[in-house]
Amino acid sequence: MRLRYAPALTLALMLGPVLAGLAGTLLPAFGIFPALGGTAPSLAAMRALLGWPGLGPAAGLSLSTGLAATVLSLILTALIVGSWHGTRAFRWLEAALSPLLSVPHAAAAFGLAFLIAPSGWIARALSPWATGWSRPPDLLIVQDPWGLTMTLGLVTKEMPFLLLMMLAALPQAQPRRSLTVAQALGYGRLTGWLKVIFPRVYAQIRLPVYAVLAYSMSVVDVALILGPNTPPPLAVQVVRWMSDPDLAQRFTAAAGATLQLALVVAALVLWRLAETAAARLGRAWVAGGRRHHADAPARRIALILGALSAGAVLAGLAGMALWSVAGFWRFPNVLPDTLTLNPWMRHGPALLDPTIDTILIAGAATTLALALTLACLQAEQRYGLSPGARSLWLLYLPLLIPQVAFLPGLQTLALMAGADMGRGAVILGHLVFVLPYVFLSLGDPFRSWDSRQATVAAALGAGSARIFWTLRLPMLLAPVLTAAAVGFAVSAGQYLPTLLIGAGRVQTLTTEAVALASGGDRRLIGLYAIAQTGVVVLGFALAIAAPRLIWANRRGMRAG
Amino acid sequence: MSDSGLILENLAILWRGAPLVSVDLRIAPGEVVTVMGPSGVGKSTLLAAITGTLAPGFALQGGIRLDGRELTALPPEARHVGILFQDDLLFPHLSVGANLAFGLSPRIRGRAARRARVEAALAEIGLAGFAARDPATLSGGQKARVALMRMLLSEPCALLLDEPFSRLDAALRDQIRELVFTRARALRLPTLLVTHDAADAEAAGGRVIELATPG
Repeated sequence: MRLRYAPALTLALMLGPVLAGLAGTLLPAFGIFPALGGTAPSLAAMRALLGWPGLGPAAGLSLSTGLAATVLSLILTALIVGSWHGTRAFRWLEAALSPLLSVPHAAAAFGLAFLIAPSGWIARALSPWATGWSRPPDLLIVQDPWGLTMTLGLVTKEMPFLLLMMLAALPQAQPRRSLTVAQALGYGRLTGWLKVIFPRVYAQIRLPVYAVLAYSMSVVDVALILGPNTPPPLAVQVVRWMSDPDLAQRFTAAAGATLQLALVVAALVLWRLAETAAARLGRAWVAGGRRHHADAPARRIALILGALSAGAVLAGLAGMALWSVAGFWRFPNVLPDTLTLNPWMRHGPALLDPTIDTILIAGAATTLALALTLACLQAEQRYGLSPGARSLWLLYLPLLIPQVAFLPGLQTLALMAGADMGRGAVILGHLVFVLPYVFLSLGDPFRSWDSRQATVAAALGAGSARIFWTLRLPMLLAPVLTAAAVGFAVSAGQYLPTLLIGAGRVQTLTTEAVALASGGDRRLIGLYAIAQTGVVVLGFALAIAAPRLIWANRRGMRAG
Repeated sequence: MSDSGLILENLAILWRGAPLVSVDLRIAPGEVVTVMGPSGVGKSTLLAAITGTLAPGFALQGGIRLDGRELTALPPEARHVGILFQDDLLFPHLSVGANLAFGLSPRIRGRAARRARVEAALAEIGLAGFAARDPATLSGGQKARVALMRMLLSEPCALLLDEPFSRLDAALRDQIRELVFTRARALRLPTLLVTHDAADAEAAGGRVIELATPG
């Protein structure tokens, strides 16, 4: 393939499914679905949607949980970075939070449920001595009707993401010098950081924040595990309609997906307006010149909340690992009465097929994404294309449009075309989400490679292909493998694309784990969640270990 | 007038249409010409024009000829113009020997013959037996010698030096300078040296051209 066409091909593979899927959603929403007899435009689907009594609460939940999760994650991230960046406590917190990024959303959500449920670890640790409970209390903590637990679950996962994004954007704002100036002018560490550095950093992480908002508003797997049931958030209801045996419900699903899209777009617009308002208030706050000498307590709270958030996910994972080998485990006991490998022996064989499919699909999607990304970056470098702000928006587009708005459309189109949606289609579906992350992860290291190395090599007579394969790629082995591990984790954690594009016939660890949510068999859930996390963590371990082993005798390859 | 040597014929480099550097120069085989001038004046850009690695946004007018070949239309790897930077830029993932083999002309064929040539080259620069070493474990002077030898093994027809001595400490600097200039003269390479350091120009012993900011 000619390198020159790489960017166009990549865009087509990334945005083609999104646009086609949107069309496949919008048409049935307005009555067009020839395979089901919809040949003329009509508003019947919209009317059916409006006639659903749960609509108001479902839409409200999408907005409230999405906005709350985004606001909380952003505030917490800013407080943590502003309070502690550059200190030893921060390095410790960063080391604890970064690996959480790789934990699949579903596994983190299950872990949180195991922790805070009425029969979870926290209740056990406090019972019966503090609570007096000798049996689990009848409280609806997980799946509470307001979606508070779901919001909490989203925050524990989105905060590490925003933290890493903020850290990547930070150097451009020259935090150390600016902060020194602010401190010399009498501002405390946090106040100075918020007034001087945050505005510059926020401008850099705007797109990731929008992605968090769009994701949190329309997430399905976390909502199925932690979110309310009657009614569920809108996205969950759309999936229910999609899997209804009555095919006519597909029209309602399409109408719901369209509404979800409109809600996300409206929330993004609202957020943009709020940015402007916050900027005005912020400018007045800065101009006011108040020094706020209460930095210390705020900094301590930020550290505690950050540690709690990291601790919750890690303790949740530990809890699930324990449940997967627990024999008899009576309620108030903190540890199981007996340990057994029975669950693994009994369900291990059933775990094998979804594990293989998970690795197959994630491996293929990641390999494709890596090849396309490297071809794009190489083309960019060879033809001197300069990626502008617009290409960054294009990269983020699949992350800004809710999955539930276009994946049902893809299924609809496949149904119309009579196409069989198997593993191959699922791989291409995952590629849509794997590509942006691989590109974002690899872009900076690839571009900051010292191009004088290429000049020297060319002067020695090496052509561009030889320079790429023998110098650039091996020297960038570590970032390439990291990008691959990120892409692998993204794919392995996908729920909705596997479910909808695979039409329920492709099973990965994630779809199997989420399907167990309603059953409540903790041993089995623990088993699948641990397997799901294990596959992803293994990928990261390989990505970290391989360059160290391969370049063990090359000191110059370790510094970077 | 002879066709040999490196000829920059009414060469002008434009940055987005505005003139940045213009030079008209012939460097004879074995001659060293030094280009001096404040930073930002386009010294490195001039070298990039000759190696064929100008960044997008630059345009070139005039001609660059090396021993009668017009270079401007050739890709960098076909120009046979060697370059040394202020950093040694040894490829960190390759052994010292593999670095040299990377540069060694493909005309030398056969695994054994190539290995023998690399060993001989190492012995020439006082590093016999270093082939398997990690370049990061070499001293600054050893790295500079390997970088020079790697370039010479590619059999260049001209030599460009982009402040190659500025990172070396004073004692080493004289030694490496001497080595580079002696080799360049012995191989009768037309050599273009870009530097800040008047001592470099003096050691080069050839013509000195001052570049000034245009307009």
